[in-house]
Amino acid sequence: MMLSAYEWEALQLSLRVSAVAVLFSLPLGIFFAWLLARRQFPGKALLDGLIHLPLVLPPVVVGYLLLVLMGRQGAIGSWLNDWFGLSFSFSWRGAALAAAVVSFPLMVRAIRLALEAVDSRLEQAARTLGASRAKVFLTITLPLTLPGILTGTLLAFARSLGEFGATISFVSNIPGETRTLPLAMFSFIETPGAEAEAARLCVIAILIALASLLISEWLTRLSRRRLEAAC
Amino acid sequence: MLKIETRQRLGTLNLETDLQLPASGVTALFGRSGSGKTSLINQLAGLSRPDSGRIQLNDQLLFDSRRRINLPPEKRRVGYVFQDARLFPHYRVRGNLLYGQRRRNPEKLARIVDLLGIGRLLERYPATLSGGEKQRVAIGRALLSDPQLLLMDEPLASLDLPRKRELLPWLERLAREVRLPILYVSHSLEEVLHLADRMVLLNSGQVVAQGPLEQVWQSEQLQPWLPAEQRSSLLQAEIAEHHPQYRLSALSLSDELRLWVPQLAHPPGRPVRLMVAAQDVSLCLQRPQQTSIRNILPARVKAIRPDPDGPTVQVELAVGRQTLFAAITHWALQELQLSTGQSLFAQLKSVSISQQDLAEPPTGTEQA
Repeated sequence: MMLSAYEWEALQLSLRVSAVAVLFSLPLGIFFAWLLARRQFPGKALLDGLIHLPLVLPPVVVGYLLLVLMGRQGAIGSWLNDWFGLSFSFSWRGAALAAAVVSFPLMVRAIRLALEAVDSRLEQAARTLGASRAKVFLTITLPLTLPGILTGTLLAFARSLGEFGATISFVSNIPGETRTLPLAMFSFIETPGAEAEAARLCVIAILIALASLLISEWLTRLSRRRLEAAC
Repeated sequence: MLKIETRQRLGTLNLETDLQLPASGVTALFGRSGSGKTSLINQLAGLSRPDSGRIQLNDQLLFDSRRRINLPPEKRRVGYVFQDARLFPHYRVRGNLLYGQRRRNPEKLARIVDLLGIGRLLERYPATLSGGEKQRVAIGRALLSDPQLLLMDEPLASLDLPRKRELLPWLERLAREVRLPILYVSHSLEEVLHLADRMVLLNSGQVVAQGPLEQVWQSEQLQPWLPAEQRSSLLQAEIAEHHPQYRLSALSLSDELRLWVPQLAHPPGRPVRLMVAAQDVSLCLQRPQQTSIRNILPARVKAIRPDPDGPTVQVELAVGRQTLFAAITHWALQELQLSTGQSLFAQLKSVSISQQDLAEPPTGTEQA
């Protein structure tokens, strides 16, 4: 099956948007997972709730909130635009931001579970061997969390690929800029007589989602086997 | 030199310590489970924080509540060998050993690998090691971090008996060859016999006795407190001669007194420590004739301590200059009409002494 230029454009855009979304949310995801797994502080339940909110909110609400906060006239968006010339409105960066917000809870959840499974007694042992907190985190905690980080990242990536509602309400549906696979498919469905094109995109979406799930499974198994050879 | 004076409330346990340890040698920290042994060494390692007090190691204050000093574990240079080896599963043995090394020192690595006999294991992952091997690697890892004090929390407790027997000789070697104060937590007198030259007795969070091993072992704080079947004496002796035909060795206590024990591998002249279970010692008013028992020692009764809730009576005897405990029944006590100061004979079967009851004392303890 050869891809048309239009399909190819939507596919490339989807992959780029999702990759950027995941790349930027990963450090934050690890940080918040660590905060929730290891720290006790007032307001922890509230923070946990806020992080999980995009999972249960209607995507259109997320898109609306992003528009209000991060749009060019938005509270944060106008400030970013004035100081850094960074604008999210009607650009693929906005699509990436929407994907990152919506997939964030999945990433944090997976990493948090993996962090909670790391034996803190190993970390104690490392500290008695002269390792600072930072060294312990980098040499013990993080490597032992790796399977969870991989799972979380791929889950978030797959979720980003499928993102629709928040994207279309935040950055609209602009060909070549914000029209990712799901949005392209929506456009075809809206267009009378484009059933065949919609079906082709449907197949592509299924293939990509399946591939990323299989890769995730394979990576998890690989890293787990490495750890098990080790444990 | 280690000075500890701390107080810490842990649930229902009130841990109060006041201890001084010399700059080298193995000190056994002995007590029942729940007596606060592990909590005490966690204070030293910086893994738990006392409510008040101070801890001083050589010239450095590790903790002082009044001056608000509490060094984090990584700044204390206190090595810790945990009960469960806690090796890092994602590092090979070599990576584990090098984890805490401050700067590369291949010579020291080679020496410690050799001391613990772990050369074959270097490229393996912890998952493939036996319990005893794991502990040896954990000990090597702690030593290579260049500590000024080594804490060992029952390193044998999680092992089965054959593994214990396998690891104990390595620990004996360690105790003899490493110039480092070692605090060894244990609730096994057999381990203490083989490894320690000092002993601290901890009971419900309180230090009830501390000092040279012989002194604490025989003390009124330790013996009556042990369960009846664990009460025992610690004798200092020297190998006098071997009797290859009967596969026995003679130990000389002081004053021409001799004890026959199963044959030892070491040459005559070597000092030995011998643990004699009180229940293996029987008493006789006259020197027995025509008996199978090889060891008959003239003794004098120093004290008689009936066990309030058991059938036994603990009799403390002076044998030469040493102390020997005998456990007999109330019935025998009545029949023999024993009294303090009385002279009699203590009997000890040679076969009741096993190789585990005999140990070479760690260096420098003969005079202790």
